[in-house]
Amino acid sequence: MLDKDPVFKYGDWRIMAKTKMSGAKAVIESLYKENVEVIFGYPGGQVLPLYDALYDADIRHILVRHEQAAAHAADGYARATGKAGVCLATSGPGATNLVTGIATAYMDSIPVIAITGQVPRPLIGNDAFQEANITGITLPITKHNYLVQESGDIPRIFKEAFYIAQTGRPGPVLIDIPKDTQTEIIEFEYPEEIKLRGYKPTYVGNEQQIKKAASLILKAEKPIFYVGGGVIFSNATEELRAIAETIMASVTTTLMGMGAFPSAHPLSVGMLGMHGTRYANYAIQESDLIIAVGVRFDDRVTGKISAFAPNAKIIHIDIDPAEIGKNVRVDVPIVGDAKNVLKTLLKYVKPEHAKTETWNKKITAWKKEYPLSYKKDKLLRPQFVVEQISEVCPDAIIVTEVGQNQMWAAQFFNYKNPRTFISSGGLGTMGYGFPAAMGAKVGKPESTVIDIAGDGSFQMNSQELATVVQNDIPVIVAILNNGFLGMVRQWQELFFSRRYSETCLEGSVDFVKLAEAYGALGLRATKKSEVKDVIEEAVKSGCPTIIDFVVEREENVSPMVPAGAAINEILDLE
Amino acid sequence: MKHTLAVLVENKPGVLTRVAGLFSRRGFNIESLAVGVTENPDTSRITIVVSGDDRVLEQVMKQLNKLIDVIRVSDLPAGESVNRELALIKVGVDSSTRAEVMQIVDVFRAKIVDVGIKSLVVEATGDESKINAMEQLLRQFGIKEMVRTGKVAMNRGAKAVQVEKR
Ligand SMILES: Cc1ncc(C[n+]2csc(CCOP(=O)(O)OP(=O)(O)O)c2C)c(N)n1
Ligand SMILES: [Mg+2]
Repeated sequence: MLDKDPVFKYGDWRIMAKTKMSGAKAVIESLYKENVEVIFGYPGGQVLPLYDALYDADIRHILVRHEQAAAHAADGYARATGKAGVCLATSGPGATNLVTGIATAYMDSIPVIAITGQVPRPLIGNDAFQEANITGITLPITKHNYLVQESGDIPRIFKEAFYIAQTGRPGPVLIDIPKDTQTEIIEFEYPEEIKLRGYKPTYVGNEQQIKKAASLILKAEKPIFYVGGGVIFSNATEELRAIAETIMASVTTTLMGMGAFPSAHPLSVGMLGMHGTRYANYAIQESDLIIAVGVRFDDRVTGKISAFAPNAKIIHIDIDPAEIGKNVRVDVPIVGDAKNVLKTLLKYVKPEHAKTETWNKKITAWKKEYPLSYKKDKLLRPQFVVEQISEVCPDAIIVTEVGQNQMWAAQFFNYKNPRTFISSGGLGTMGYGFPAAMGAKVGKPESTVIDIAGDGSFQMNSQELATVVQNDIPVIVAILNNGFLGMVRQWQELFFSRRYSETCLEGSVDFVKLAEAYGALGLRATKKSEVKDVIEEAVKSGCPTIIDFVVEREENVSPMVPAGAAINEILDLE
Repeated sequence: MKHTLAVLVENKPGVLTRVAGLFSRRGFNIESLAVGVTENPDTSRITIVVSGDDRVLEQVMKQLNKLIDVIRVSDLPAGESVNRELALIKVGVDSSTRAEVMQIVDVFRAKIVDVGIKSLVVEATGDESKINAMEQLLRQFGIKEMVRTGKVAMNRGAKAVQVEKR
């Protein structure tokens, strides 16, 4: 089949209308049309023709060591750059290994294109070797998915997939490509237009609703912005800042929204929710108006939902109509793109209308009274490590694992810009951070990329050390090594009378030697005085580095709202 | 509270799975479901009866709309729409009961579509309550087998559920 394939150069300007090529080459050509520069993948039997086409293609392929990492890397790339990330795996086990990564991207609305090989069409449904019904498996964790039934559909499917993944509320799209469609010869023509009768995202907010929102804002005495990932995805951070400063209202962000508003801004009250700041939670609970932008009122944010913000009217701006009214009643729903809507809203509010002075004084007093803090003694505490990273690398892209490390990374790093905090918020996937950091670094090679990790989480994808060394991707992994599955241990300490059932990781591995075994740099700090030096050394080295920060073992994330409590019923755990 | 939804979808393989999968994943209850092609062969129409309060209904409709292959979702209010189900009921009969069964069938304006020595197959269409009532009456003779379709429904008057909003 392949030898009938006419010779041509990829990306050639001559490849315009109706060039004959194999399905596999059509995939590559479609990726060109979508300006894909990198793929994270792993080969296998049912993607052999695709890998053959990749062999002399002008697309960088990064060979991971586990397909889960390919999906996370594509996701990290997407979060750092705003462009869709692409991962590729073979059928069966290759495809199922992507599943956790796809689910992670789905929960956080990240544009990822997952390409999988499938057994040849005549074998589908026969339980053929390495057959898995991956479109069925990923039905509830993709925005949409495709099984290529006709090789001639490949260009259209790719066009649609990239469009669906990156527009409206973004999300992962999977394309399953049977091997025989990869070798068939098709006439390649990349469609100019998209015809999707059932998919027309709303970008422009209803002007009447926006006016209603403005009138609520002008009447409010205790307004607060509650913003999330949607602000970052729609590049609305400037509009957010402009409107917050105009009406002089404080801004609290979700975990996904870190970076949407500068942490050090006088109007910032930091993160809200379970491990949010006291002052953010108090402000929400006492507010008379919540302006929610690109958020979904997740249970980690709202706490006991019936007790959430009892006195507040709610304006909810979101591109996904299904999020509005899903968890809380909303007074003014506005479906649209955050940037668009905020821009319009800005036209209807003026600084002279702001009545927030008394309210802001109260918030400032709370901020003074209840700052985020930890014990400042001689011991090496994880929060100190994060603060030092913030000081030495103020412009770094911070990626996190899951657990205490994630919360400390959110609390103690000073975020200034969007797309500089990358974390698995919705699914809470341990093992996400390191491969996602790899993807972020590939997308943003000029930035310092640091995975703030837990010793448990890092071990879920530590095999990717081989990938970063082989492909020269100099990410830094800062392990807050407490020898515990710390977040679970914290819950056991608080709610299961310190019965530390299966959460101790002591003696897992020597992380410095592990790094060295892979050819990466391994550093360690056991004292406060060593922290700054090792961070500087890691940055200077320019090579993939693991830093083993041997921190206090039973440090807790504080403050904390116990599960099921109202968010102002917040405890200090110092 | 029961609601009847008319869902226009792409007439493609796998679409029904997506719709049904959404209901189970989100914990919505399907009371009945019927699918068929529309006047346009590219478009199928699914009639779904779902139980829940207004908030559930709103979420069901919004979540359905999020599916790429779903083109349009409309709520068909009971009073303003025609609702029909079809049932085939096999009733055991003998010479002494046949006439009585045929009388009941007549009253309900149903049809007998198969006659055997020991059984009759009755075809009935109507709204749910009519078919329930008929089933009740036929039960005394012995129902050997029954199959019912899901409900199909349509707006009364000129108002129509179409791909393009008017
Ligand atoms: C894949 C996966 N398995 C299990 C969990 C449950 N879990 C949440 S936090 C946590 C502990 C994480 O330990 P570590 O990475 O060492 O971070 P620490 O909390 O100690 O900072 C676990 C097991 C999870 N989030 N993800
Ligand atoms: Mg740990």
